[in-house]
Order: sequence, then structure tokens, then C-alpha cells
Amino acid sequence: MSEPLLSVKDLSIAYEIPGLDVVAVSNASFDVPKGSIVGLVGESGCGKTTMARAFTRIIADNAKITHGSMMFDGQDLAKLSERDMNALRWRDIAFVPQSAMNSLDPVYRVEYQLGEVLRGRGGMSRKQAHARAIELFEMVGIETNRLRDFPHQFSGGMRQRVAIALALALNPKLIVADEPVTALDVIVQRQILDQMRELQRDLGISIIMVTHDISVVAYICDRTVVMYAGEVVEVCDTATLLSEPLHPYTMGLKNAFPDIASAGTGTLTPIAGAPPDLVHPPSGCRFAARCPFAKDRCRAEAPVLKQAAEGHTVACHRADEAVSLRARAAEPETWEKVA
Amino acid sequence: MGKSCMTTPLVEVENAQLHYKVGSAASAMFGLPSVVKAVDGISFRLNAGESVGLLGESGCGKTSMGRLLVRLEEVTGGSARFDGAEIADLKGSDLRRFRSRSQMIFQNPFDAVNPRYSIKKTMAEPLGNAGIPKSEWHDRIVTALELVGLAEPAQYLDRFAHQLSGGQLQRVVMARALILEPDFVVADEPVSMLDVSVRAGVLNVFRDVRDKLGLTAIYISHDLALVRYVCERTIVMYLGRIMEDGPTEDIVREPLHPYTQALVAAVPTPKADQSHDPLPIGRGAPDPRNPPSGCVFRDRCPKAFDRCASDVALPQKVGTRTVACHLFDGAV
Repeated sequence: MSEPLLSVKDLSIAYEIPGLDVVAVSNASFDVPKGSIVGLVGESGCGKTTMARAFTRIIADNAKITHGSMMFDGQDLAKLSERDMNALRWRDIAFVPQSAMNSLDPVYRVEYQLGEVLRGRGGMSRKQAHARAIELFEMVGIETNRLRDFPHQFSGGMRQRVAIALALALNPKLIVADEPVTALDVIVQRQILDQMRELQRDLGISIIMVTHDISVVAYICDRTVVMYAGEVVEVCDTATLLSEPLHPYTMGLKNAFPDIASAGTGTLTPIAGAPPDLVHPPSGCRFAARCPFAKDRCRAEAPVLKQAAEGHTVACHRADEAVSLRARAAEPETWEKVA
Repeated sequence: MGKSCMTTPLVEVENAQLHYKVGSAASAMFGLPSVVKAVDGISFRLNAGESVGLLGESGCGKTSMGRLLVRLEEVTGGSARFDGAEIADLKGSDLRRFRSRSQMIFQNPFDAVNPRYSIKKTMAEPLGNAGIPKSEWHDRIVTALELVGLAEPAQYLDRFAHQLSGGQLQRVVMARALILEPDFVVADEPVSMLDVSVRAGVLNVFRDVRDKLGLTAIYISHDLALVRYVCERTIVMYLGRIMEDGPTEDIVREPLHPYTQALVAAVPTPKADQSHDPLPIGRGAPDPRNPPSGCVFRDRCPKAFDRCASDVALPQKVGTRTVACHLFDGAV
């Protein structure tokens, strides 16, 4: 395998609140290969957004990278000076924030907002910026005569396309998109995902896609990173992750999703309980309280992320029993017992 | 459908219209149409105990349709009847009775609950409105919370909305809708704001409670996979009109209307091997103030032909279903 574009190693991020530190991301490790789409999946509060924002270092004022590295193109993003980091933003790494459709400024025309990036960051002339803006709108499939429109004149899906056009403005190598399709209808969602895949192929860029929706991951992501309560619990290529998950949380997530391609409606099985309070995280495995397979060891000792197979890492004490656990995880009764 | 001739349907909608006036005098001066036809000639019947999913994209009028049926809006044309009575004409004690018989479960539980009310007060409000004696309140609140799967309900009574998780709060919203023992419930995308691992739990509760109480229900969503999980029948809406109406399984297996075909194809599945073919639909819904002539779907339809531009596609029977599409003209 060639050198990954981004290599995250033992990354920890903490929010400092007077009197205590809340560790939102602890010891996360995974790679983003060149030219791939990587999904970051987990429930709200699992740290996926905090981590995604760390890649452009636009984390909150009281958040601190306490440990680990993020190697991007030979530089450690965790150690770059603010000035060097700022030089990378938009040009090498672009961020599409959550509900990007509401992140456009309502009082400026869309072309002006594109121009801010193109001229301010990219140093283009007014003329060059206009030409590039036209090119960008064509890339994301919006008619170019709408450049002079205001954000409110666009539908939600189109505003999302504008946000993607903004991210693409300066030809970055990596786009980090936080829940880019969450607020959208299925048809628009599908069209945006198709567009992102097409752009990723044509431009050879990489995309990190943060989402809570495992079917979005299944549709578009080459690799998937599953997060739970601030920790990376499983990393694998998406097809293997869905067919042969090793972590009980991944197995549980799969049961909770309706599948329109299945023969019947079956029964959806929720994962009972809620994630632990990160102010006082449990000493053992953080999923143990909701895990139907937890043993004494799981409650006492935190598992570490380790390689289970080529390109497949997992943090679970019982990963070597995954085949039999998978069979049991498919039974709804297994999950009822925990509740 | 045969059944509906025998029994009186609980909900009966006939050529219902809900037209909103929009825009200013200025926009009218520039010749912009000033009416949005959110619901434009919808007809269907719901028997007691039947559940139907209202499916469509945002702006298709599905929420407006739902709001008509609990009288958060009133028809501007046609008729919408509940238990034989025109909903918009209800007054006085009849209206109060209707208010306790029909309920709505809203999309975002955090918007649907007053943040300054305790859960007890939230739950007591409908009881007070309906004139239930105070002595019964506590027991009814506890029973309703138990019904929606909140274990040891007493622990929630003095808490506030922000102290509950999204899943717990949506159950409270559901319990509040059920506390007056309604016959009819409209659920508007009740799980779209919830985390995926808890969605399944809320959907299961919705299904169980509905079956246990024999509720008539409308489930509004843009996701056919969710509708399929809770409703045996689905009505597909587009720009205020019904495109297709029939058994959900038939629609999932073999969608007939070109719009339904696109909707079915767009639903992602949690599997790696899924089709990545381009969707059979044009981009971008038209301006609802200015819908296309003839069939409202025609400018996005890959199968549109001459007649689609000139004639409105009226619903017609095709097997187990009703389909509004000229492709089926003369098919039966």
C-alpha cells in the first residue's frame, strides 16, 4: 500500500472545563488512503465531529489536542504552527460543516462568498475568481446563471452543493464533510452522494465523511471507522465491515437499520441503553454496559485497538470469537437480555 | 378497498385542497403566482385500525395533509371528514371531543415540549384541557409513560426536557399524544431527529402501541424503508397530489409510478452491494408556486410524453393500487 494521505495515530482531544477535562476523543488511530472516501460513523456525542474538526484545527477554544499525531503529507497537523495550519486550510484540507446549507451568509450573493475563498485564500484576480466560480458550479451541477443568487433562493440540496463547491474551490487534497446529507431527502441525498463520488474520482481527492447513518457509509465509503464514546472501536474496508463485523457495537448498529432490499420487514433491534458519560468514563470497555457479550474482563480492563486481519483493526477482548458472536448478535433476544 | 364500502371509514378525504396565499402585492405585480397548492385534490379513506404511510420529498405537502387531519390547518376546498363529520366545521364540545380523539406526534421532540415544564406538567396539560379530574392525573401519566416503554416512569416526572435523551423525550411526546386515548394519530417523521441506535426502539414502541390500542395512524416520512417498517399501506405524494396508493410491500417490490420508482431506488441500504445506477429522475423539484401543466411530475419524469404536458394525470385503479400516471391509461 502506498503512503496514506492522512495517518491519525493515538489522537486524543480534551475539552477543558473548569475543574476537569472531558476527553472527547481518546487514542484514535486510522489511515485515510489517497483517493478514497472514508466514513467516520457513530452516535451523537461519540467524538466524530470533534475529531473531524481537529483535521483543520478548527476545534473550540477550550479544546486541546492532548496526545498523538495527524500526519498529512509529511507534516504533523497536531504540531503545525497556527500560521502554517492556516496556509493548509481550504488549499489542502477543506471542511464542510454540519448543516452546511445554513452556513452560507444570507446577506451575500453566493458568488461573493465563493470569491472570498478564491480571492482571499487563493489570491485570484476578480476575473480569475469569476471563471473559477463558473467552473465550480458546473462541477457540482448548478446552473451558472444562479451565481448571483442569494442563499435563500436555493433549495436545501442546492445549498449543500454550493457548500461542496466552496470546499472544492482551491483544489484541496482532502475534504472533511460533517454530516453532508443528514438534513436531506432520500432523492437529494442520493444525488449529492453520487456527485461527491464522481468528483472524488475525477479529481483524485480523498474525502472523510462524518455520519451517523450506516447506510450512507455502505453506499459511498471505501473504508469505515466506527467510533463509540470517544474511541475508535473498529476500522475496516466497508464491505468487510458490513459482512463480517468484529466489534459487537458494529453488529448491533447493523440490526438497528431497516433494509428495503430485505425480503420482509423483520424486526429492528435497538441497542438498549445510552453511551457512558465522558466526564466519568468507565474503567473497562466503554461499550460493556450495552454489550450482550461483556465478561468480567471487559468491565475491568479497557481493550486496545489492534490488528485482527490485514487492514482490519478492532478494540474488543472477544474479537477472536467474532464468528460465534455474530451468529448470536443476529438474534433479537441477545440484545433484549442487556435491557 | 372492498372493505370501505361496508364500514364507514374513520378518516375520509375527498378532493381536499389546502392552498396557501404567499408573497406580497409586489410579487403579484410582477406576475408571480401568489398561491402554493400544498394539498391539491387529495382523496383517500382510512378504516378504523388502518395505518398508512404518507411518503414524499420535502415540500410535497405530506405534513400539510397530516395537519389538516388534526385540524392544525383547515381545508380551503374539498372535504376532510373524521368519523363522518367535516373536520373544519367542528365547533364547541364536538371540537373539544375531536381534539382528544385525534393527536399529532411531532418531528423534533425538543421543539414539541416546553423546556420550562417538567415532564409531569407536560403530560398533565392535555388532561387539564380535556377536563379529566385531577385525582386521576398521576395514574394516567404513569400508565401512559409505561405504555411507551419508559421503565419506572416515576423517575421522569420531575425532570425537564433537557435532562432526557432524544429517544426518551420522543417517547414522552408519544405518551402525551396517547394520554387521552385517541382513536387517530398523525406521526410526522417521529424518528428523523433521533440517533440511529435508538430509532429502532421508538419505531418498535410506535408499532406495538398502535397495535395494542387499535389506533388508526398516519406515518409521515420521506424514507420508504421506515414507512415499510410501520405501515402496510403507503400513499406517495408529489407537489400536493397523490402519485400512487397501495400496499407497501407491492410498492417496494414493484413501484408503478415513475416517481415511486425513483423514490424506491434512492433508499440506501446497510449493505455493500447496492446499485449505484443514476436515479431515474431529473434534478430539483419545480417551484411549487408554478407547477408544470398536466402531470406535475412530468418535467422530472424520464418517461414523459405528449399527453403528460396537456392532461392532468388522474388517479386510476391498477390491480391492488391507485396510480396517477398516463402510462397506465387504458391499462385496465
